[in-house]
Amino acid sequence: MTVELTLLPAGTSADHPETLDAYQARGGYAAWRIALGRGDPQRVIDEVQRSGLRGRGGAGFPTARKWSFMPKDGHGPAFVCCNADESEPGTFKDRRLLEATPHQVLEGLLLACYAVRATCGYVFLRWEYPRAARAMQAAIDEATQIGLIGSDVLGTGYSVEVRLRKGAGTYISGEETGLLETTEGKRGWPRQKPPFPAARGLFGMPTTVNNVETLACVPVIVSEGGEAFAAIGLPGNTGPKLYCLSGCVRRPGLYEAPMTVTLRELILDDRFGGGVADGRPPKAVIPGGSSAPVLRAEEIDVPADFDHLQAAGSMLGSAGVMVLDDRTCMVRVAANACGFFDHESCGQCTPCREGVHWVRQILDRIESGRGRPGDADVAIDRLDAIAGQTICPFGEAVAWGVGSIIRKFREEFDEHIRLRGCPFPAWGFRSNGS
Amino acid sequence: MELSESSRQEIDRLIATCRTRREAIVQVLEIVQRGQGYVGDEAVSYVANRLGVGRADVEDVLSFYPVYHRRPVGRFVVKVCRSLPCAHMGAARVVDHLSERLGVAVGQTGGDGRFTLLEVECLGACDRAPAMMINDDVFGPLTPERIDAILASLKDG
Repeated sequence: MTVELTLLPAGTSADHPETLDAYQARGGYAAWRIALGRGDPQRVIDEVQRSGLRGRGGAGFPTARKWSFMPKDGHGPAFVCCNADESEPGTFKDRRLLEATPHQVLEGLLLACYAVRATCGYVFLRWEYPRAARAMQAAIDEATQIGLIGSDVLGTGYSVEVRLRKGAGTYISGEETGLLETTEGKRGWPRQKPPFPAARGLFGMPTTVNNVETLACVPVIVSEGGEAFAAIGLPGNTGPKLYCLSGCVRRPGLYEAPMTVTLRELILDDRFGGGVADGRPPKAVIPGGSSAPVLRAEEIDVPADFDHLQAAGSMLGSAGVMVLDDRTCMVRVAANACGFFDHESCGQCTPCREGVHWVRQILDRIESGRGRPGDADVAIDRLDAIAGQTICPFGEAVAWGVGSIIRKFREEFDEHIRLRGCPFPAWGFRSNGS
Repeated sequence: MELSESSRQEIDRLIATCRTRREAIVQVLEIVQRGQGYVGDEAVSYVANRLGVGRADVEDVLSFYPVYHRRPVGRFVVKVCRSLPCAHMGAARVVDHLSERLGVAVGQTGGDGRFTLLEVECLGACDRAPAMMINDDVFGPLTPERIDAILASLKDG
């Protein structure tokens, strides 16, 4: 059977989670049987290495290399956590995978567990996705019933458990070590690194944390071979990729494309967004969730991959592509994004806790017409004082994400201060004009 | 505190899968809230006793995570997303409209105990902006008419 190299197979939808039978009918769990049959975890890592798969959660770290950090001679417990805490504004790809094809994510998690010789996989799912939680728990139960999970899986001597854990509404629990803390039943305060999770992770044991979409790619890599996956896209940016399109675009939604697709194509092409809503010109695009630096309209002829977006001064991040049209107030965008980070700062590091709140107050002040000359400089100065001074990358996310909006659209901030008010229309109900 | 038998059993099953007593706190509080609507002081004592941890350990978790309600909430908890894509598509108007229709201010529960209105960060429904959640269900894209139709379709019980 030829398995389609896609993350959004025809006939699957969020309204009806794919059953075990349906998944197996399209080749599901073939990879799991193949890997166990070969009896060599290293071969899973080698195949993923050949595929060029890079983490889909935000950082784009090579998955095989991450797995290779796990101890190879361990005899105690070791874990893989599936990071299903998707909470980055503009991002909804993992929700779709969890709700529509939970078995594909689960098979990826099992393969990851086997690759790193883990004894238990955890699916850490955000509170806001109860439907995904039900779908995933049902998938775990189904797979356990037919012996794909449990002790001595398929008579191979390999034993693995899978447990579902729910978050409780905090963005920071999606940070790798914040996730570990929340899973341990504590406040989701990120940990100092090193030690890295591969050395001391969940409950002090070797642990790998992988994003949902990353894991969903693994079954097809194992069953079809790493080369087939690597043939999609360009070296270093391989495989199918999910893009979350939102904002001022005619057809918001989840789209799959090779990473050779440009931001402009994602927004304008009829296969994807179908154009800016109401036929307006775009003003800016945030390509990878609120943490990703903004791009001006003249910068969007760039392939939406890890390397090109980084070279363009932004990042692919969570592939949450937010489209902003020419009527969008960028001060309001910055204030909203900063408001999110202010709400979500975990409070552990002073530069972040105090700095983000301070900048939010400045941005709210400018937007409401009470800005003072020099405010934009103070905001940038405070943001720069956060980057590099915090335990986790949240600090950089705010500093780079919010800071880029101020730097790239400085004229709007200055204009607000000069006019003592906002010259743009309020954000009211609007349709996407499709 | 009247925790249902099914909630107690769910808690027992969960604890059996935990490696430490502490590990269960976040998960057990979710079960308690799902059953009772909120986590009251008695529930805190119950969870602490059941898990063999201190009350302070439970409070530590409760005070960090925003989803737990420490007081009774409405039968329908309405959460309006205010993050960027939803904000841009009119989230503030959604809140205004809901507040007017329900007679409830943001953060409050109506006198008849039917609705609690909250603003929250990203619900992961940006393709349906502006979006809201009512209990476990997501709705969007919202218009005033759609909101009215959704409210009219809600059934108590």
